[in-house]
Amino acid sequence: MAKHSLTSGAGLRTDVIGTGLIMALGLLWSIFVTAKGIEPEFRIQGATFLGGFMVGFFILFAYVFSGQDERKDEYMDGVVRAGVIATMFWAIAGLLVGVIIAAQLAFPNIFYFSDFGWLNFGRLRPLHTSAVIFAFGGNALMATSFYIVQRTCRTRLAGGVWPWFVFLGYNLFILVAGTGYLLGVTGGQEYAEPEWYADLWLTIVWVAYLLVYLGTIWKRKEPHIYVANWFYLAFIITVAMLHLVNNAALPGHWLSSNAFPVFGGVQNAMTQWWYGHNAVGFFLTAGFLGMMYYFIPKRVERPVYSYRLSIVHFWALIFIYIWAGPHHLHYTALPQWAQTLGATFSVILWMPSWGGMINGLMTLSGAWDKLRTDPVVRMLVASVAFYGMSTFEGPLMSVRAVNSLSHYTDWTIGHVHSGALGWVALISFGAIYCLVPWLWKRPRLYSMKLAEWHFWISTLGILLYITSMWVSGIMQGLMWRAYNEFGFLEYSFVETVEAMQPYYAIRTLGGVLFLAGALIMVYNLVKTARGDVRRSEPLAAPANA
Amino acid sequence: MTTPKTNKQDVDKVTGVETTGHEWDGIKELNNPLPRWWLNVFYACIVGSVIYWVLMPAWPGLPGIGGYTKGTLGFSDRANVSKDIAQLQAERAPLAAKLSGADLNTVEQDPELMQYAFAAGEAAFKDNCATCHGAGGQGVKGYPSLADDVWLWGGTLTDIRHTLEVGIRADHDETRYSQMPAFGRDGILSAQEISDVTDYVLNFSGNSDAGAEALSRGQEIYAVNCVSCHGDAGLGDRTQGAPNLADAEWVYGGSKAEVMTSISRGPFGVMPAWAGRLDSSTLDALAVYVHSRGGGE
Repeated sequence: MAKHSLTSGAGLRTDVIGTGLIMALGLLWSIFVTAKGIEPEFRIQGATFLGGFMVGFFILFAYVFSGQDERKDEYMDGVVRAGVIATMFWAIAGLLVGVIIAAQLAFPNIFYFSDFGWLNFGRLRPLHTSAVIFAFGGNALMATSFYIVQRTCRTRLAGGVWPWFVFLGYNLFILVAGTGYLLGVTGGQEYAEPEWYADLWLTIVWVAYLLVYLGTIWKRKEPHIYVANWFYLAFIITVAMLHLVNNAALPGHWLSSNAFPVFGGVQNAMTQWWYGHNAVGFFLTAGFLGMMYYFIPKRVERPVYSYRLSIVHFWALIFIYIWAGPHHLHYTALPQWAQTLGATFSVILWMPSWGGMINGLMTLSGAWDKLRTDPVVRMLVASVAFYGMSTFEGPLMSVRAVNSLSHYTDWTIGHVHSGALGWVALISFGAIYCLVPWLWKRPRLYSMKLAEWHFWISTLGILLYITSMWVSGIMQGLMWRAYNEFGFLEYSFVETVEAMQPYYAIRTLGGVLFLAGALIMVYNLVKTARGDVRRSEPLAAPANA
Repeated sequence: MTTPKTNKQDVDKVTGVETTGHEWDGIKELNNPLPRWWLNVFYACIVGSVIYWVLMPAWPGLPGIGGYTKGTLGFSDRANVSKDIAQLQAERAPLAAKLSGADLNTVEQDPELMQYAFAAGEAAFKDNCATCHGAGGQGVKGYPSLADDVWLWGGTLTDIRHTLEVGIRADHDETRYSQMPAFGRDGILSAQEISDVTDYVLNFSGNSDAGAEALSRGQEIYAVNCVSCHGDAGLGDRTQGAPNLADAEWVYGGSKAEVMTSISRGPFGVMPAWAGRLDSSTLDALAVYVHSRGGGE
């Protein structure tokens, strides 16, 4: 890593030169694209990059002259604070788009905007999924990983300005990807929609992320690497591999946004779901387990339940998850033997997944009373419970007989959201409730009562969402397979849609509640960061400052 | 796997379990064993999966050898689906054959065959036709109602069957075809002339309050431009799909503004030809179903 000459301010600043060089190349490229891009959409994407790199240079200069990296005896928390703010911003944005598209499905006559094609469901849906998974989830993982790796290694983040490059570069990627969807720029592969240039940019950013993380672990002052860091490392490494393979594509022209995937037909489908399921496994599971392994013991002030369990379930999870993808392609052109492997490895995965749940829940032994007194603990524990539920439901749905009913129905949507809202969002919210007072050096949250309200409103929202999708999805699956006495289909597609409409309305309500809870949280966090403390609050349950 | 050196001295006071002796930012780890039930269920899942691999197609052959392990049960999705389809076809075969061979006009006399045709037709209608014609065939603006007794190209079973087969203005050599000129868009008639002829057309069904002068102007325009297809009294001509203008049914709307729009733009509604997409027996069944919607002739 860079060798700084900190006292004089002179010397070779490799971090500044490295990031500056990458941005300079990016700047040149984006000027070309903005001027010469074949499609107008590509020129807009180029201009977005151009703006991003100009802001990047501005921040780089500000960083160099602020002398931030001279404080070598302190943890690097500025980038974590920025990450927390970005996390909450994208949470609200992603949830809002989710509520809009839920409303479009429930009330298509009202929420269909014929004059604004870019607000159509087809463009907003990938915006929603990417905003919640990659923008909200990704920023939450980045911020917490940067915080945790410093604390558990007792060292400052490696790489000088590189962590800022990672954080800002990642958010630039999100901005380009998200605005691209609205413009209609898409590669068309689910959860991997961004086109080749955005993919390349993300690759650069992600490699930098890996190096910063490894560099920090390398110079740690603890003899051993804490379990949370194993999970974060598995997440970073595997996502890099998944991203590179699934997005392998040849651009049609270097001034065109269009690219053509290397894999075709069933190979493309298999690669896509190898990617898709491991995005769930390594982005949404391993990464957030890392978060869980730090914030639960920290918040409840109890040791992790079992070191051995953490080792065994970590390696089992890593080795087994990677096989489970084919269960997304049951009863398709994918050979049956591959479907068998996908299903059986998903069932084998059940206990390795639950290892994390057991370790999370049992860490509370001796501190169960905190469930009653601390809404943040309750939120963390509820998230682990939802994790346990959806990691049971997943193997169940991957069994081919069950899947023949559940596949392509709303049951899948309900399953995804019990993981996304229940596990990913709640564990992130719980972690951020812990982090904000620590990062802004406040004694505790502005209001525990508001956190309590957030917990109940969002839990109610999740339950409405999941149960409505269970009912709707199972009903949909049963209607699809109903035959009349002559062996003809009993129901047409449109009749199933009509039958699902009330559940779509309930789902929308669930989403609105979850969004409302997140808005309460933002208010609570802003007040906390500003140093306010609600006076009427009893001071009996202080946060771990 | 290297287990960290255990510090025997460090025991968690609450549970009495020793820790691994390490501490990260205040976090310690207990040295609890793997929960027995957890390990047992994990093993059971593995054993169950291995048994499943033996029974079912499971593992690909080594590179260079190819193929895959077929499993001892000889289970194959592909074979099962073929079997299911064959079985379904066998179940339907007697009645399907009877319907294919039957004169459609006699179907209604055979209750069992009629029930079968209705069920098959309804299923096909809901999946293929309801999108435009509505779930009950009631139609929407631009898509004719199939539930009334007004027919553009004829409402007998034979007519309906033929329309289904060849489509209307569709990609089929014998498709039912005709084209009404776009009188306004192509500059054949002025706006005033379109207004006058609309008054005259609406007057067929007594829905015009225009004065005698406008009507007589309209009559002249009608005689030159419209009469060859729609006829003197506006009763239309089924041989070329020219609608009756004297009844109360309007595919594209019957207000003055809507009729003027139709005359100006020249409607060119398209229905696909279903021959080749649906099999002959399904077309028979659809014809019977549509015919029975209310207005069959």
